[in-house]
Amino acid sequence: MILNEEQQLLKDSAKAFLSESAPISALRAMRDAGEDHMPELWTKMSEMGWPGIVIPDAYSGLEFGYVGAGVVLEEMGRALALSPFLSSAVVAASLINQLGTEQQKEKYLPGIASGELTAVLAADETGYFDLSSIETTATASGDDYVLFGNKRGVIDGHNADLLLVVTGGDEGMSVFAVESGASGISCETRLIVDSQRAADITLDSVTVDGDALLGTLGGASDAMEFTIDVAAACSAAEMLGISIETFERTVGYLKEREQFGNKIGTFQGLQHRAAQLFAEIEVSKSAVLAALQALDSNSEKRSVLASMAKAKCSKVVRNATEEGVQMHGGIGMTDEFDIGFFMKRAAVCRQAYGDYHFHADRFASLRGY
Amino acid sequence: MENLETFRQYTRDWLEANCPEDMRQPMRSDEDQCWGGRNWVFKSEGQKLWLERMAEKGWTAPRWPTEYGGGGLSGSEAKILGEEMARIGARRPLSSFGLDMLGPALLLYATEEQKHQYIPDIVNGKIRWCQGYSEPNAGSDLASLRTKAEDMGDHYQINGSKVWTSYADKADWIFCLVRTDFDCPKHEGISFLLFDMASEGVSTKPIKLISGTSPFCETFFDNVQVPKSQLVGTLNKGWEIAKYLLTHERTMIGGFGLAGGGMKGMGQIAAAKRGKKDGRLRDASLRAEASSFEIDEMAFGLTIERITDETKAGQGTGASSSILKMYGTELNKLRQELLMAISATDALNFDSDSKGALVRSWLRSKANSIEGGTSEVQLNIIAKRILGLPA
Ligand SMILES: Cc1cc2nc3c(=O)[nH]c(=O)nc-3n(C[C@H](O)[C@H](O)[C@H](O)COP(=O)(O)OP(=O)(O)OC[C@H]3O[C@@H](n4cnc5c(N)ncnc54)[C@H](O)[C@@H]3O)c2cc1C
Ligand SMILES: Cc1cc2nc3c(=O)[nH]c(=O)nc-3n(C[C@H](O)[C@H](O)[C@H](O)COP(=O)(O)OP(=O)(O)OC[C@H]3O[C@@H](n4cnc5c(N)ncnc54)[C@H](O)[C@@H]3O)c2cc1C
Repeated sequence: MILNEEQQLLKDSAKAFLSESAPISALRAMRDAGEDHMPELWTKMSEMGWPGIVIPDAYSGLEFGYVGAGVVLEEMGRALALSPFLSSAVVAASLINQLGTEQQKEKYLPGIASGELTAVLAADETGYFDLSSIETTATASGDDYVLFGNKRGVIDGHNADLLLVVTGGDEGMSVFAVESGASGISCETRLIVDSQRAADITLDSVTVDGDALLGTLGGASDAMEFTIDVAAACSAAEMLGISIETFERTVGYLKEREQFGNKIGTFQGLQHRAAQLFAEIEVSKSAVLAALQALDSNSEKRSVLASMAKAKCSKVVRNATEEGVQMHGGIGMTDEFDIGFFMKRAAVCRQAYGDYHFHADRFASLRGY
Repeated sequence: MENLETFRQYTRDWLEANCPEDMRQPMRSDEDQCWGGRNWVFKSEGQKLWLERMAEKGWTAPRWPTEYGGGGLSGSEAKILGEEMARIGARRPLSSFGLDMLGPALLLYATEEQKHQYIPDIVNGKIRWCQGYSEPNAGSDLASLRTKAEDMGDHYQINGSKVWTSYADKADWIFCLVRTDFDCPKHEGISFLLFDMASEGVSTKPIKLISGTSPFCETFFDNVQVPKSQLVGTLNKGWEIAKYLLTHERTMIGGFGLAGGGMKGMGQIAAAKRGKKDGRLRDASLRAEASSFEIDEMAFGLTIERITDETKAGQGTGASSSILKMYGTELNKLRQELLMAISATDALNFDSDSKGALVRSWLRSKANSIEGGTSEVQLNIIAKRILGLPA
């Protein structure tokens, strides 16, 4: 369970690039300008080929695998770099690759791999990632389908070119690739805590042709399970990065700040909590790596490991960001200081693609209880 | 062996042919362990054969060099042996402080002569060792120990006492920390000695634990004579050896955090006892706790794997044993708590037969975060040595 040389190189170069191109000050500037995403950063990432990391070579991707995507996401978590990397290049691309016909993959994947096309999963309707009761419908009408439904909280959904709309109904789950500008789609956005926007999307009689159906009608369940695994493991990698960075900053502060005539890092009450957190982060590192490797090898333990990693990292990042603010004292609560940005971003990652409770529940079910 | 798959096949066949049937059954309690030693009475013919056959191949100590009786396996081969043993549920042939603690220290610090003298008898289970570290006034602050070794020309003379010495009454030899210099900072006057527990002047007095058994003792030394050839490493430089040995002990104890071989998952155990409703464990609160526990348990098991692999690749961090010790023992205590909760009032039986095994092992587990250095001490080590927090 160690990174191979190529994976380590990718991680190092991601770290170097992001510390240069995506400092926290850039996020702050974006927010202060009232914007909700960072298009220039995405252009630069695209120039480096990152959007193609999990996409097969045959569709102009790098075919570097999920461990590769994970190490990049870990560094993105450290830098709090906002981009459609996870939502489009990893999650949506994986779903298309799982489910699409040869022609559909040819149509979408090269564009996603180059970063020019962004796609986003529009699945949840409940606000808590309950995919068991999807009410969006697709009704056949000649060669076309007509879609009705409401999708909730699609993060950055209003900036995506393509929506992967999940429909339910008697025949089971299906996925449609719908252009975001299609007639009948309306979108309301809400500011969320990490300065991004979440889109509530209404599909009111959206007509798409038969080619928009990825795979077969009602045939999306397995691909959706795989996609949940991808999303969970990769989002866990991002949370791991947030935990590590928050922790390092906090330990740095413990060595700097003086009270009672001593560095506050001399106080055992803080030392033990920091040491405990360090151990938890070490444990979550292993959880993430195992989950990513299981995706690459498509191991039978894939889903168990993915939910384990997401659940574990959600807990640890909560703890890390909470301690991060707490151990900074009053200054940690100020907007001027950066540590709060990590707590806010972590809150969003914890909810993305199923929170702790969703994945702890899924884990238990997968384990037969 | 150049080819790992060949080695796997060979190992699988060998184990199939040589592991006795009763050694493939899960251990029911600590009583099923084989400790070896001069006075060991084997519990079954299978237990005896299993130890002999494994020792013969050096597979009780798979990675130690063959010249001292070890298996001489590479890290990858040892991993395969472990996997193949787990596959058939084979028990560990020998539980031993010699294997888990003393041996690695001897390999690093002992003279060639000492290695040849002591290591083979650790591998074959002929000599059972105990650990003479703690004293009544030197627990967490181990370096303040006062058991004294005086230079008598051709030998050392030992006076003093140790406490909490596990199995001192059953062990053949002791590895013992003694003070050989009182006029210097406490870490600098400590030496590492080996001696026979049958030596004149050694006596032991068992101490009973809250779990009802007496696995450890007070140990007294009254003018015990120890030949100078039984000093390991340099005089007054024993603290370094003591600490190195502790990293092995801590990694071993940390392993208690893993689910035992053949043990079902916590959720399955709970479901078997409490029943299911609509496919889920009936008690929702217990289900949530079991899931949270299994998530940590799995992530911890993967962490042991990762740290082992990193060490093999030369990327290890020295203080990882403290992480594993702290995390693994806290996890095992939680495991025992959940097992108690699942069995509820039935779990309270304290009979000395198998009915009381659960409550006894719950009580015993509370020592995990004390023995080998407490959890608080591990947190101090992580804070200072890894995080570099100021003293
Ligand atoms: C929203 C808000 C409102 C406030 N309102 C007021 C107000 O109206 N009037 C006012 O006067 N002040 C106010 N404060 C200030 C507040 O009382 C201080 O922030 C607080 O006392 C902590 O001091 P500090 O920020 O300097 O942190 P520090 O003292 O630097 O503490 C940093 C960290 O070190 C820990 N620490 C420090 N010493 C020890 C120790 N000996 N042992 C263990 N841990 C230690 C702390 O617990 C903390 O986690 C307010 C603060 C906030 C956040
Ligand atoms: C079942 C069992 C088997 C054992 N087997 C052996 C054996 O074979 N050989 C052997 O030599 N020893 C053995 N021990 C002894 C064991 O190593 C000691 O008990 C342990 O190191 C703690 O020492 P103590 O009992 O003196 O507790 P103390 O050191 O007195 O500690 C009491 C409490 O204070 C805390 N504490 C102490 N110092 C600090 C600090 N600096 N910061 C924060 N908290 C602190 C401790 O964590 C603990 O909670 C065994 C113990 C047990 C329970």
